[in-house]
Amino acid sequence: MATTSRKRPARSAKNTEELLGYYRQMLLVRRFEERTAQAYTEAKIGGYCHLNLGEEATVVGLMAAIEERDYLFTNYRDHGYALIRGMDPGRVMAELYGRQDGVSRGWGGSMHLFDTDVRQLGGYGIVGGQLPLAAGAALAVSYRDGDEVVMCQMGDGTTNIGAFHETLNIATLWDLPIVFVVVNNHLGMGTTVEMSSAEPELYKRAASYRMESARVDGNDVVAVRDAAKIAVERARKEQKPYLLETVSGRLRGHSVVDPAAYRSKEEVEAVRAQDPVAGLHDQLIAAKAADADQLAEVDADVHRIVKAAVEFAEKSPAPEVSSLFDYTYASPVPNDSRRLPADPLFPVGA
Amino acid sequence: MAVMSYRQALHDTLRAEMLRDPDVFLMGEEIGRFEGSYKITAGLLDEFGPKRVRDTPIAEEGFTGAAVGAAMLGLRPVVEIMTINFSLLALDQIVNHAAKIYGMFGGQKSVPMVIRTPGGGGQQLAATHSQNVELFYAFTPGLKVVAPSSPADAKALLLASIRDNDPVLFLENLALYNTKGEVPDGDVAGEIGRAAVTREGSDITLVAYSRMAHVALQVAEKLASEEGISAEVVDLRSLRPLDRPTIIESVKKTSCAVVLEDDWLTYGIGAEVAASISDGAFDYLDAPVRRVAMAEVPLPYAKSLELAALPSANDVVTAVHQTLDAVGRRSVGAH
Repeated sequence: MATTSRKRPARSAKNTEELLGYYRQMLLVRRFEERTAQAYTEAKIGGYCHLNLGEEATVVGLMAAIEERDYLFTNYRDHGYALIRGMDPGRVMAELYGRQDGVSRGWGGSMHLFDTDVRQLGGYGIVGGQLPLAAGAALAVSYRDGDEVVMCQMGDGTTNIGAFHETLNIATLWDLPIVFVVVNNHLGMGTTVEMSSAEPELYKRAASYRMESARVDGNDVVAVRDAAKIAVERARKEQKPYLLETVSGRLRGHSVVDPAAYRSKEEVEAVRAQDPVAGLHDQLIAAKAADADQLAEVDADVHRIVKAAVEFAEKSPAPEVSSLFDYTYASPVPNDSRRLPADPLFPVGA
Repeated sequence: MAVMSYRQALHDTLRAEMLRDPDVFLMGEEIGRFEGSYKITAGLLDEFGPKRVRDTPIAEEGFTGAAVGAAMLGLRPVVEIMTINFSLLALDQIVNHAAKIYGMFGGQKSVPMVIRTPGGGGQQLAATHSQNVELFYAFTPGLKVVAPSSPADAKALLLASIRDNDPVLFLENLALYNTKGEVPDGDVAGEIGRAAVTREGSDITLVAYSRMAHVALQVAEKLASEEGISAEVVDLRSLRPLDRPTIIESVKKTSCAVVLEDDWLTYGIGAEVAASISDGAFDYLDAPVRRVAMAEVPLPYAKSLELAALPSANDVVTAVHQTLDAVGRRSVGAH
């Protein structure tokens, strides 16, 4: 086990280009989520809605460490992962809007983004539910002697649920090519890590399962990427699981509707001071990798993408009611119930 | 056609499917080295190796969920959960995940997996090991639930379940493992979602599944030979989907019905069957639909109490007599 230290990137041209790319991706997550919050308050988006605000460096760093062939499972705070993994922003927004062109055809919503094309296999709303599934995907890879890796993201609160422990145990026992990532933003809704976890240094929990693990600064995109690459490499080459903990902050409430009244002003200020997007912005300017105008242009470009995504979602039709029974079963089956609430079981008067 | 036990039919079918399709593999507690708590998987570890007969830790949520994930990538896991009581530990993965993944993501990935698990009381295993909670799964859209009562159906429905692209809960029963019957040779899968009339009759319809479908046939034979009562038996075989038309057709013919179930009465499978009969054959009914079900207590250990709580063949005979008396038909005998 090792704690990966925050690394300052070297300033070669390649690194500069890479960093600008990460900045652009982080800004896309930032602006998309801000626009999502707005759409939610306008009642364009329903249900629960959890944002990646404050986790942009973690999201982008993790996604830079896995390849197209790899699989990703996440929890319900999944918009940023979807965007950076390569789902179309318009189709992601359409899903939040509950429209026909949504990535999950309007059946999943914010918590359940899924796209087989980019191998992001959900978005899961039940805390810990994705862990056994991700282990099973890794088992399938291993069963077929594949070289893909499964990345399974979760929040800090998940490390206390039974499925976490059952799955980590299985992953080591069965030599599964899987990387578990605990995105520690210090808060499970309003409950702090210290209140909920007897071992608050969450990466240490891997020791119980003889699993390699590390903790990394989740506000440093390059540090996250490099730490995750070590984990992914180990999973791919050695068929060994790995637990990576990223430590960052949550800029807003648990979900859009949470005013986070349980947090002190000082705490919120401290998180803001660590804002990864602002941090990278200043870093790029300090390193003379870009000037403020160039970065403003990136921002304007990202705004255009988000605007187009909203326009696409607005135009996408609501799913047809006639499709209500299309996705109960993949194999058709006789006597499958297809009644609407007021329909009789049998024709009246028959 | 060979005569074999329900256990043998399951074993042979698993083996045949593993030979046929390399994507079919088994997972569960004690299924390999120990050869299965009820020996369904005996010999399969030796034949297929640990990759395809995977012993798991005692972690129902973990390994059942892992099967769901493996199925999402196209494998066809067959999970054994030692008894249906332990499936409650995997409830989140079965109900919140296996049943939801196809629909919740707009049909992008199906979950072709089978969960084999026995129910059944009567073994003096006391309250936590004697429940029949198939209702929880039969209640859940997205799952399919089958409950074969004969060795022939065990084979046909296991073939169908393994080849189906949806998660199937395959309900076995401790009391059925040693029962014997004729099993057709060859590779003929049954159809999930279809009930069977396993005995034709004209005086009364007995509706049942799993162990009670077996009891229903015994009772029908006895009623015929001792009292000249002609009972028709509908074996549901599939609890979700429920084959209501077959039930209704039978009740339209007999005009009365008794539903047999091993689970608790209130909100149980029988309640759904009775409500369906009311919906579909109200004008044909000559008597209220009776249900014979387990007493609504945590099942006790003591044999005397356990026997009293579980539905028996005599209980069914009593309910049949009361129903036929209510319609004034019992003394008729020949009908």
